[in-house]
Amino acid sequence: MIINHPLLGPRDSQEFTYLGDASLIDRPDWQAPDAVDQFHDYLYLRDNPAGEHRELWFHEQGDRSWLVVTRNVVTHEILNVELASDVARSRGRSK
Amino acid sequence: MTANQMSGEMNAVFTPSDSQGSQKTTVNRLAGGQIDRSRRLRFTFDGKGYLAHPGDTLASALLANGVRLMGRSFKYHRPRGVISSGSEEPNALVELRSGARREPNTRATVIEMFDGLEATSQNRWPSLSFDAMGVNDLLSPFFAAGFYYKTFMWPKAFWEKLYEPIIRRAAGLGSLSMEADPDAYDKGFLHCDLLVVGAGPSGLAAALTAGRSGARVILADEDFRLGGRLNAETLAVGDQSGADWAAATVAELASMPNVRLMTRTTIIGAFDHGIYGALERVSDHLAVTPKGKVRQTLWRIYSKRALVCAGAIERPIAFVNNDRPGIMMAGALRAYANRWAATPGHRVAVFTNNDDGLRTVADLRAKGVQIAAVIDSRPDAPALSGVEHLRGAMVIDAKGRLGLSSIVVRTASGDTRTIPCDALGVSGGWNPNVGLTCHHRSRPVWNDGIAAFVPGNDLPAGMTVAGAAVGHLTTAAALRTGAEGAAAALADIGHSAALPDLPRAEDDAPRLTPLWYVPHKKGRAWVDPQNDVTVKDVKLAHQEGYRSVEHLKRYTTLGMATDQGKTSNVTGLAVMAAMTGQTIQQTGTTIYRPPYTPVPIAAFAGRSAKEDFRPKRLTPSHKWATEQGAVFVEVGMWMRAQWFPKPGETTWRQSVDREVLATRGSVGICDVTTLGKIDVQGTDAAEFLNRIYANPFAKLGVGKVRYGIMLREDGMVMDDGTAARLAEDHFVVTTTTANAVGVYRHMEYCRQCLWPDMDVQLISTTEAWAQFSVAGPNARKLLQKIVDQDISNEALPYMGCAEVTVMGGLRARIFRISFSGELAYEIAVPTRYGDGLIRAMADAAKEFGGVVYGTEALGVMRIEKGHAAGNELNGTTTALNLGMAGMVNKKKDAIGSTLSEREGLNQPDALNLVGFRPVSKDALMSAGSHFINAGAEANAANDQGYMTSVAWSPNLGHYVGLGFLKNGANRKGERLRAVCPVKDLETEVEVVSAHFIDPEGERLRA
Repeated sequence: MIINHPLLGPRDSQEFTYLGDASLIDRPDWQAPDAVDQFHDYLYLRDNPAGEHRELWFHEQGDRSWLVVTRNVVTHEILNVELASDVARSRGRSK
Repeated sequence: MTANQMSGEMNAVFTPSDSQGSQKTTVNRLAGGQIDRSRRLRFTFDGKGYLAHPGDTLASALLANGVRLMGRSFKYHRPRGVISSGSEEPNALVELRSGARREPNTRATVIEMFDGLEATSQNRWPSLSFDAMGVNDLLSPFFAAGFYYKTFMWPKAFWEKLYEPIIRRAAGLGSLSMEADPDAYDKGFLHCDLLVVGAGPSGLAAALTAGRSGARVILADEDFRLGGRLNAETLAVGDQSGADWAAATVAELASMPNVRLMTRTTIIGAFDHGIYGALERVSDHLAVTPKGKVRQTLWRIYSKRALVCAGAIERPIAFVNNDRPGIMMAGALRAYANRWAATPGHRVAVFTNNDDGLRTVADLRAKGVQIAAVIDSRPDAPALSGVEHLRGAMVIDAKGRLGLSSIVVRTASGDTRTIPCDALGVSGGWNPNVGLTCHHRSRPVWNDGIAAFVPGNDLPAGMTVAGAAVGHLTTAAALRTGAEGAAAALADIGHSAALPDLPRAEDDAPRLTPLWYVPHKKGRAWVDPQNDVTVKDVKLAHQEGYRSVEHLKRYTTLGMATDQGKTSNVTGLAVMAAMTGQTIQQTGTTIYRPPYTPVPIAAFAGRSAKEDFRPKRLTPSHKWATEQGAVFVEVGMWMRAQWFPKPGETTWRQSVDREVLATRGSVGICDVTTLGKIDVQGTDAAEFLNRIYANPFAKLGVGKVRYGIMLREDGMVMDDGTAARLAEDHFVVTTTTANAVGVYRHMEYCRQCLWPDMDVQLISTTEAWAQFSVAGPNARKLLQKIVDQDISNEALPYMGCAEVTVMGGLRARIFRISFSGELAYEIAVPTRYGDGLIRAMADAAKEFGGVVYGTEALGVMRIEKGHAAGNELNGTTTALNLGMAGMVNKKKDAIGSTLSEREGLNQPDALNLVGFRPVSKDALMSAGSHFINAGAEANAANDQGYMTSVAWSPNLGHYVGLGFLKNGANRKGERLRAVCPVKDLETEVEVVSAHFIDPEGERLRA
């Protein structure tokens, strides 16, 4: 596969390592009253769509960017590639 | 055939010992052809010598020398000859070359002749013409489809000892040399606008169109001569022969700098995003791979667009005994005659259901070969003149066990006639070569016009198809669709290409009336000769309920093995369709998968073989350690010194015990460069570490080091290490050797995905610093000789760190941390000074009787001290298990701290890390043992935990162990059984503190 890195252009997927569902960005609040339940769902419950999937890839053999890759897991078509830090900010994460 | 129609060539057969050879005619060599008659090449087949010419394949050369019998079939050991002239060949498989270079199951049709070639037939004993295993053929009723599932059912014990060895010996192909491959292989990467797969008429027209437009083009073909069927046919292209037009076109393409011609290169698979795999046989056509060259290269081709011009493959018609040597595809018969000037016989018959088969008749006659008869299954076929054309007739049997002698024909009137002949060309029509188009699970669709499957509509992105591969079975259509296909593919990427003026060419689509098999009551008609599958086997599978085409394949093995059913699959489906009453489209096809043709494992490995299988990382002291005669161990990719044997030491234990005792008695030095080092900088660095470590880091003072544990989000311990605060906004984190990569990846994930606005930057500096541990009561004295500044206990207390200089000004870092439990430091210098530092320190250590120690002594000392390492941090253990529950701070957010509170991880009988010693002082203990209460039966239900680490303690004089025990923290003094069924070892052990040495920690604070 070829992943179109937002900073570096097209790169072979061999340069990357795969983590999993990009919903990992939405890490729960540790101080919520039901934090254990929320973390449980966050860590263990995943959608497994036969189609578009947003997933985290790490450019380990490159610039070490974490990317959010939107990929159709049936056809392997890659529809969008974003820097994970941009996605995280857009989802309200800061520091 | 008259003498002057023969080539008149002499000196065909010689024996290897007789280099002059006996004067014999190359009996089946015709005139003409694309072979270089000015040069002669010698080769042997089954030890007998023959002559060939450059341009020959092994198959063409054997035919020219009158050899029709080339192999034995897989299951029944039936005598077999070549049936095709290309990579689809199922029968003519040989062992090529000898010794370490022996290659089994090599298709004679694609072996390019070289001088000195050695080939051996396979799957026969003692010889090809007399094969004792031919008895299988007589026992064929026992070997029908699914025979192993039925015949060898019981008794069960017979399987391993009796049935399987017999089956393996009796049914098989070639054998491996069992020696290491002496040749080099490589991998490469190529990029292009348009990849053209196949260099027949459509591929050449496509490459010409794209090449002239200036686009970057790769034209790849598995053959060593580009042109495809143009080289095999006599059809004119413009006012040239097809072969001449192909040669002229190739010459023009070769002159274009933007076109890469890849001969001997098979496109093996279509992968994602326009990536194609290609196997280039760089040196296979040479007797020996030249020095500095590779045997084969596996290419990864990144294409913007790909045009598949892979042509079509002729299919047989099944009839009784259609596997006799001398029976082959009609198109192959004329390819041998036209391109290689070879014929399997002098008196040839043709059996066809279509017009294309009739071309073989015309071409062979033109070469002076006698046509015995033309058997045309179509009653309404256009009549041929000058030959006996039996319309509405079928071949119902063939005679001649080791080579065809006659065929039996049933004529339109129902009479039976025997017609003597020594070769038969069969044409059942042509199947477009759709394999690559199906690699992304596209299903081909049935085309009634040509009675064959053509590519479907949902092809891999960026792929289009032209020529015969898409069902255009004339030369003119191939040329036209090739050119148009290239222009359309390039237009799709915004590149315009003008269509060339294409030469006039034959444009009569061959007419065909489908005939898949000749009905028969007795005898066997072969559908898949490679797997010995007959029409009856397909019927039997159907009767036994194997209705899905995928089940048919598995049950009968139709379409498996080296040829993947290239000549047989569609025929098998047609037979099955006839059984079910469904159409062939409804019956469907099995899934086509890469590779298109077999690829040696060596090509997949490329240069990543033997010692280069993966990279080796060398520590800064590697050269020095090698000079000392160190024994190395691979840890991750690092080569670490395991111990340093001294003269007189005959076992590793002697060396390790000495290193341990010297370190604890005086001082020892160890290269710990391999531990991961991550530089963490930024105004939020402290807070960042506070969140990735379970224990607090925010308030660590500058110049201090703290031990930390990192959890995974699920609460398990991921890694442990230290973080040293060199400045307010600057830390150095260490990780274990094994987890260095994973921890760094995790920290970047936390930084970018979880807290993107934190002011913190990370970089791995593992290889930037050479780092050595210096441990033992004399560690300070030794280091004070190296370090320029004061490192007294006051200046650098336990868990302190400092930036210092060594040896008169070289910048260094010093950390007062201890893994061994002794007074210890780690000293780091830029990597290029590591060799100098180890030499200086080893020299300085002599005064104290100090040593340099390896990973074994390191392991012994950490077990004696009760420090967890990889065996304990095994991914299934929590801080609680490790006795570090108190380190998990509940008053801050840190990765894993929330889920570490889960009820299931905090049960009263949770595993605790404790120490173990044998009750009997000289008893052995073994890591991996499980603990069982005294008196209880050793089974899983009674499992109390397991031993993780064991070492001989030279300080204590007995084995010491660490392990996880249920509620272990409260069971000190208890005696248990440590049971290791794998080693058949049981030891009575006592539960003790994990800290065998200096439990109060006085030494490391000294």
